[in-house]
Amino acid sequence: MSESLLVNLSIAILFLPLLGFWTVVILGKRFPKLYLFEVAILTIVFILSLIVMYAKLSYFPKDIVSEFTWITIGNAPNVGSINIDLGIKIDNITVLMLFVVNLISMLVHYFSIEYMHGDKRYTRYFSYLGLFTFSMLGIVLTHNILMMYIFWELVGVSSYLLIGFWFEKKSAADAGKKAFIVNRIGDIGMFIGILILFTNYHTFTFDKIFAQINSGNIPFGSDAWLTAAGILIFMGAVGKSAQFPLHVWLPDAMEGPTPVSALIHAATMVAAGVYLVTRIFVMLTADAMLVIAIVGAFTSFIAATIALTQNDIKKVLAYSTVSQLGYMIMSLGVGAYAFAFFHLVTHAFFKACLFLGSGSVIHAMHHEQDIRNMGGLRKKMPLTYATFLISTLAISGIPFTSGFLSKDGILAGTLAFGKLTGHWLIPIIAFTVAGMTAFYMFRLVLITFHGEPRDHHKYDHAHESPKLMVVPLIILAGLSIFIWYTPNPIGADDGWFLKSWVKTPTQVTPAETRFPFMNNENHNEKINSEEHGEIVHSLEYTETMHWAHYKAMFASLAVAGLGILLAFMFYSWKKLDADKLAEKIKGLYNFSLNKWYLDELYDATAVSGTLNTGIGLSWFDQKIVDGAVNGSAWLTRFTSKLSGLFDTYVVDGLVNFTAFFSGFIGLNFRKLQSGKVQTYVVFVVFAVIILLIFFKPF
Amino acid sequence: MFQVSLQHFLVLSAILFSLGIYGIVTRKNAVMVLMGIELILNSANINFVAFAKFGNFGFSGQIIALFVIVLAAAEAAIALAIVLNIYKTFINVNIDEIDNLKE
Repeated sequence: MSESLLVNLSIAILFLPLLGFWTVVILGKRFPKLYLFEVAILTIVFILSLIVMYAKLSYFPKDIVSEFTWITIGNAPNVGSINIDLGIKIDNITVLMLFVVNLISMLVHYFSIEYMHGDKRYTRYFSYLGLFTFSMLGIVLTHNILMMYIFWELVGVSSYLLIGFWFEKKSAADAGKKAFIVNRIGDIGMFIGILILFTNYHTFTFDKIFAQINSGNIPFGSDAWLTAAGILIFMGAVGKSAQFPLHVWLPDAMEGPTPVSALIHAATMVAAGVYLVTRIFVMLTADAMLVIAIVGAFTSFIAATIALTQNDIKKVLAYSTVSQLGYMIMSLGVGAYAFAFFHLVTHAFFKACLFLGSGSVIHAMHHEQDIRNMGGLRKKMPLTYATFLISTLAISGIPFTSGFLSKDGILAGTLAFGKLTGHWLIPIIAFTVAGMTAFYMFRLVLITFHGEPRDHHKYDHAHESPKLMVVPLIILAGLSIFIWYTPNPIGADDGWFLKSWVKTPTQVTPAETRFPFMNNENHNEKINSEEHGEIVHSLEYTETMHWAHYKAMFASLAVAGLGILLAFMFYSWKKLDADKLAEKIKGLYNFSLNKWYLDELYDATAVSGTLNTGIGLSWFDQKIVDGAVNGSAWLTRFTSKLSGLFDTYVVDGLVNFTAFFSGFIGLNFRKLQSGKVQTYVVFVVFAVIILLIFFKPF
Repeated sequence: MFQVSLQHFLVLSAILFSLGIYGIVTRKNAVMVLMGIELILNSANINFVAFAKFGNFGFSGQIIALFVIVLAAAEAAIALAIVLNIYKTFINVNIDEIDNLKE
């Protein structure tokens, strides 16, 4: 297999879903069975991406770049000509993302065949899924930030379309709108960041930008600008990956169909923000990374506290998604790059499994989403329960699951970060969140699947979902087991995923702007020896990671165990009464139940502020601008009138007067021209006399 | 003895000239106008002769006077011929009514 074949396969992977989208969207009304075509395309694309992943990971250790010049701007002032390239870059992260996205997308397609059965826009739904898959693959494959921005907006659009898929419901339409607008705020920042880079480097290609920074050419010659560029591009991730303060759209996005929530709002699109940060990771300065870590930590904490009290099964999962995304972002911020990407992959599988499992439950309960009306479903839906439980164990960080490995790595990373930089708050938050995650996830499981059924009518009608829905659950739950990533169930460092697939890239930022532990003293020797393992971090960091490894593992096991124990005490054994506790700390409870009142805060400030500004501007438009326009019209009319008057009376008067005067003179002088010679003679005589008198010759 | 000086001649000539002008301007009859012209010519002749007599010009004044007399004769002949033709055309020699060129 040659490189060009790999490139061609990747391009096929990218464009086949687009073909599916156009075919289904154009012909879908006439041929309602065409959704099968879309499903078939996704299956093919998945197989292709499996081949590409295998080939890349096994035979091509180097990154493959294929590009062409899209636009050449000749003679730009001061810089000569600028080439804007489009192209794809295939490295290990790309092919892993291709696999994750296509697998989950395919499973969601199969799941949706049953779940969406009977919907009146059935084929339309599948075409949207195709559009989304195309856009997401574009983000994954692109080698430049311009294309990434374009596909970034495309996933935004498809997300908008799918959130508002049942747009007859006002809440769904509003949620779509909210997601779109909130994302736009982040994208503005990203766009400014891109422009900062483009202004300085005249290229959008990641590698060229990084090479320039590496050679010491930093934006506008100032570290602050480099930090600003990193943080501004990160703002795009804040919007897309639902980080505080822009996380408010994601829980509302649960208005969309549940498989969509699994695909877009849990596994892939929201991970695009994390993917973006992994792409620009090498140009992040220490300040930018600290901001990212704090944002991530804060987000995971807020979301976890909110998830504790939610009663809608999808809302709990949504906030847990926000929380886990915060984890990944935080992990990138503390420099644990590989673990962040690892968590992205593992989280994609188990969170997709959880969402599809919740979809299965909702399907069985006839669109009941409130967990207070569920209970005891374990007996009715054994397969859904089993897969849901495995995923819950994974997200809680119990050994032998994939989630344990990735989460443990992140926690160790934060601990090492705390030790090396003194920012102890970040590991403290991380461990607290780990405990809360275990608690609210087991609360969800216990209330939904255990205990006695609360709504007997619905319970009696509940049944295990059909095969097409259960098989994807089983596959995803299977992928939440450790064995796919490493043979060692308690440490991922030796596994193939971290050892040979995903490696932290070397920072390109100037050495003095990095965290000290991101500098490797004997970097040059190691990079030549092609030695595997972390070559980016300092020896001190490697040692600290070793120091943190077991501490983090035991601490995370302890907090997770405590969380699970508490969940059992509250909801299974009834040793503690949750309602009484809620009554006791009513203030805190309501604060969490109402999502920290952030929506209300935004309504009161940003939304009403925008509205009031709009009203103010409209007033300004109507009174001042229109007034000015009308005033100038009046003024023009007035001056025209004046100049008209001037024309009629002064200019015309002058002209007419000239005519009249000439006429008058002529009228008088024609009397002299009598035609009588004798008169002329008299004139001549008088004229001669007058001349004589005047010139007096004597 | 009453001495006849240049002034007397000039005054006479001026009187003749004025009479000639008066004749030209006031008369309606074309023949009378011609006679006024003759008067003016003759007043000029008097001037020539007078200046010749009192000035130092030799006989050139008298000679020009002779020329003028000849000229006047020719002019009178032509003018009278024109007047006759006018009379033939208009049955009239009143110059106030001969104004067809005005139209």
